[in-house]
Amino acid sequence: MSNTVNSAAGGDNLVARAVREAIFAGIVALGLFFLFIGLETTQNIRNELIIRQRWGLLAIVVATVAVVRFLVVAYFRPWLAQRKATKAKAEPVVAEDGYFKRNFVRLGIAFLFLYPVIIVSMVGFQGSLKWVDNFGIQILIYVMLAWGLNIVVGLAGLLDLGYVAFYAVGAYSYALLSDYFGLSFWLLLPLAGILAAFWGIILGFPVLRLRGDYLAIVTLAFGEIIRLVLINWTEVTKGTFGISGIAKATLFGIPFDASPNGFAKMFDLPLSSAYYKIFLYYLILLLALLTAFVTIRLRRLPIGRAWEALREDEIACRSLGINTVTTKLTAFAIGAMFGGFAGSFFAVRQGFVSPESFIFLESAVILAIVVLGGMGSLIGIAIAAAVMIGSTEILRELHFLKVVFGPDFTPELYRMLIFGVAMVVVMVFKPRGFVGNRTPTAFLFEKKNISASFTKEGHG
Amino acid sequence: MSAQPMPLSTAENDILTVEHVSMRFGGLLAVDDLSFSARRGEITALIGPNGAGKTTVFNCITGFYKPTMGMISLNQADGTKHLLERLPDFVITRDAKVARTFQNIRLFSGMTVLENLLVAQHNKLMLASGYTLLGLFGFRSYRDASKESIDLARHWLEKAHLIDRADDPAGDLPYGAQRRLEIARAMCTGPELLCLDEPAAGLNPRESQVLNELLMDIRNNTGTSILLIEHDMSVVMQISDHVVVLEYGKKISDGTPDHVKNDPKVIAAYLGVDDEEVAEIIGGDGEIDPDAVATKLIAEAEATDEVMPTPKKKSSAGKAAAPKAPAGKADKGGRKK
Repeated sequence: MSNTVNSAAGGDNLVARAVREAIFAGIVALGLFFLFIGLETTQNIRNELIIRQRWGLLAIVVATVAVVRFLVVAYFRPWLAQRKATKAKAEPVVAEDGYFKRNFVRLGIAFLFLYPVIIVSMVGFQGSLKWVDNFGIQILIYVMLAWGLNIVVGLAGLLDLGYVAFYAVGAYSYALLSDYFGLSFWLLLPLAGILAAFWGIILGFPVLRLRGDYLAIVTLAFGEIIRLVLINWTEVTKGTFGISGIAKATLFGIPFDASPNGFAKMFDLPLSSAYYKIFLYYLILLLALLTAFVTIRLRRLPIGRAWEALREDEIACRSLGINTVTTKLTAFAIGAMFGGFAGSFFAVRQGFVSPESFIFLESAVILAIVVLGGMGSLIGIAIAAAVMIGSTEILRELHFLKVVFGPDFTPELYRMLIFGVAMVVVMVFKPRGFVGNRTPTAFLFEKKNISASFTKEGHG
Repeated sequence: MSAQPMPLSTAENDILTVEHVSMRFGGLLAVDDLSFSARRGEITALIGPNGAGKTTVFNCITGFYKPTMGMISLNQADGTKHLLERLPDFVITRDAKVARTFQNIRLFSGMTVLENLLVAQHNKLMLASGYTLLGLFGFRSYRDASKESIDLARHWLEKAHLIDRADDPAGDLPYGAQRRLEIARAMCTGPELLCLDEPAAGLNPRESQVLNELLMDIRNNTGTSILLIEHDMSVVMQISDHVVVLEYGKKISDGTPDHVKNDPKVIAAYLGVDDEEVAEIIGGDGEIDPDAVATKLIAEAEATDEVMPTPKKKSSAGKAAAPKAPAGKADKGGRKK
C-alpha cells in the first residue's frame, strides 16, 4: 500500500480502495480485539470464574475502526494532500503577528492575576474553591516544578528522572521544621529551597561523570532513595502515616482562621475557606513567576549560556575554559532549589505530607510536561502543564461520560491513558514540543528564533 | 628565519616547550619521546602522515589527555610559567591561556554565532557578574562587561567575515564559515597560544585563502602564537614559520618550511618509500647524502606534479569519500540492473 495519495485519481477508484482498506482494517481489529473485548472473564453469583461474551461490543469496535479507516482514506487524506498543494502554491505571506500573539505573555500573566477575581465574580466564594484550588493552584504547582526541572533538563541537558526528590525534600523540610520547631512558613520557604539545593549538589557530585541513560538511571535511583528514607525513618517522618496538621501560612502575620484576629474578622468578611485558597493561589503564582524571572535572567548571564553550551557540546565547553563540574552542580542546585520552594508550598497547601505524594510517577509527569512544552521554552512548558494537568482534572468534571459508559464508569481512572495518548499525539505532530524554537540570549542586529533542528537535547 | 634546522632550546622567546613527551594507549605508543618548541609570535606547524600522533600531541598540550611521560611548559609573555601536563583541561584555557579548535568542528550549533563568541568569554563575564549574584540583580559592572564582550565578539566576527551572520544559528553556517567561527571563538578566550587542529580540512581553495589571511592577521596583529596541525601543504608552506614533522609518534624533522620540504626523511615518510630504501637513504653505510636522495625522490615525485600535496589529497579525500564511494557504486550498479 502506498502512502501517497494521488488526488488526481478517479473518485470510484479511491472509494473502492477505501472500502478495501476499511475491510482490511476491520479484519485486523477483529483479530486484535477478539480476546480483549469479545470475551470477558467475570465472577458469577457463586464466585465462579465464567466467560462472558460481548459480541455486540466487539462488533461496534470493529465497525468503528473500519469506518474511521474508510473516512481517512477516502476523505481525510485527499483533503490533506489538497491542502498541502494549495499551501505550496500560495506565496509565503509574512503576516504581521496579531495583537494577541505579540502580547501573549503579558495577556497571560494579566489573566492569571485576574483569574480568582473572574471565578469569584462568576460562581461566588464558595463555588470558587474548586476552580481556584483544583485547577489554578494544582496547575501552577506543576508549572513551577516543570520550570525548575527545565533548568536541569531543558537548559543544561542533564536528564533528571528523580526531580520529585527535591520536591519531597522541600515539603518535608517545611513539615518537619514547622512541626518540631514551630518556625513560620516565610522563614522556612527559603530554608526549604536552600536544603533542596544542598541535596541537589549531593546528587550532582556522584553523577557528574555520568551521561545520558546512565545519568537518568542514577537520578531515578536517587529519587527512590529519598522516598524510601521518608518511609522507613519512622521516628522522624512517621513513615507512611505522613505528617498531618502542618501549620498554615499567614499573610504578614494575619492567620486565615476564625479567630478574632483572623483574616475574615479583620476585614469584616463572612467566614470562608476560599480566602486562604485565593491567598495560596497568588502565593504560588508569585513563586512561579519568580522561577520564570530567575530563569530568564540566568539565561542572559554567563552561567546560563554555559548551561546551554554544556547541552550543545561539553568538550567544546572545556576547551573554552568553562569549569563543567561547577556548571553542572549549579544547574542541579538551582533546579533543585525551585523544586524545594514548590515542595514547601505543597506542604503548606495540603497541610499533610506523606511519601505517597512523591512517587516516581510525579517525576515522570513533570518531565513529560517539560518535554511536551519544548525543552527550554517557558511558555511552551506553561501551556503543556495547563493542558496535561488541566485536562486530567477536567476529566473529573465530565459527568456526561457516565451516561455514555454507564454509572460504573470513573473517568479519573483513565487519566493516565489520556495523558499517554496526548503525549503520543503531540510528539507525532510536534516532535520538539509545543514551542520548539529557542530564543537567543543576545543579538547584534535582529533577534531571530533558532529552529529546534539545530539545538541538541543534551547527552548527560 | 634561519635556514638551519632549529635546535631544541629553552630560550626566552619560546612560548611552548614540549620535552620528552610520550603517550601510551595500552600497547600503542602514540607519541614517543617527542621534544620540540614553538616560539612566541610565530606560526608553528605540526605535520605528518595520518596516524602520526599529531592530534594526540595536541590533546596532551590542551589537557584532554595526560601524557604518560614528559613535560610540557608554557611561558606567558609576563614570565609566568605553567606546566600544562599537570593542569586540568579547562584550567589550561582559563589560566595558561591556551585555546584550541577541533578536527571535527565542535560549535554550539543551536546557539547563534554571537552567543558562541560570548560563551568563549565565560570566565571574564563570570567575574564581572560577581559569579552570577551581581548579574542577577542587574548591577552595572555586569552590564558594562556584557557590552565589552559583545564589542570583542563583533571585532572577531568582522575579522572572520561572519558579521552578517551574527544572529544565525552556528549550525546553519557553511563549513568554511564554521571553521572560521571556531577560530574566532577560540580567539575570544584571549589566548597566548592558539592550537588549531586541521583548520583547512575540507575547505575549498578560496576558503583556505581566507583562512590563511585570518591566521596571518592573528599572527601579525595580536600577541597570539599559533600551533597548527595541517595536511594542506599550501597552507603550511605559505604561512608557517616553523614546521615539525612527526611519523609514528617520533619527530623526524624540525625547521623552516624550506628545510623540511627538502628533508629526505620527510619525503620518504610522505611518499611511503620502502623500509629498505629508507635505510639506504638514511645511511646504509653511515653516510647520508641528502641532496642526492632528495633530488632522486623529487624527480620521481614531480612526475606526479607536486611533491607533497599529492599524497595528502589522496589521503584526506580518501577519508571523507571512502565510505560513500562503494555505496555510490553499489547504488549505480543497482540502478543499471
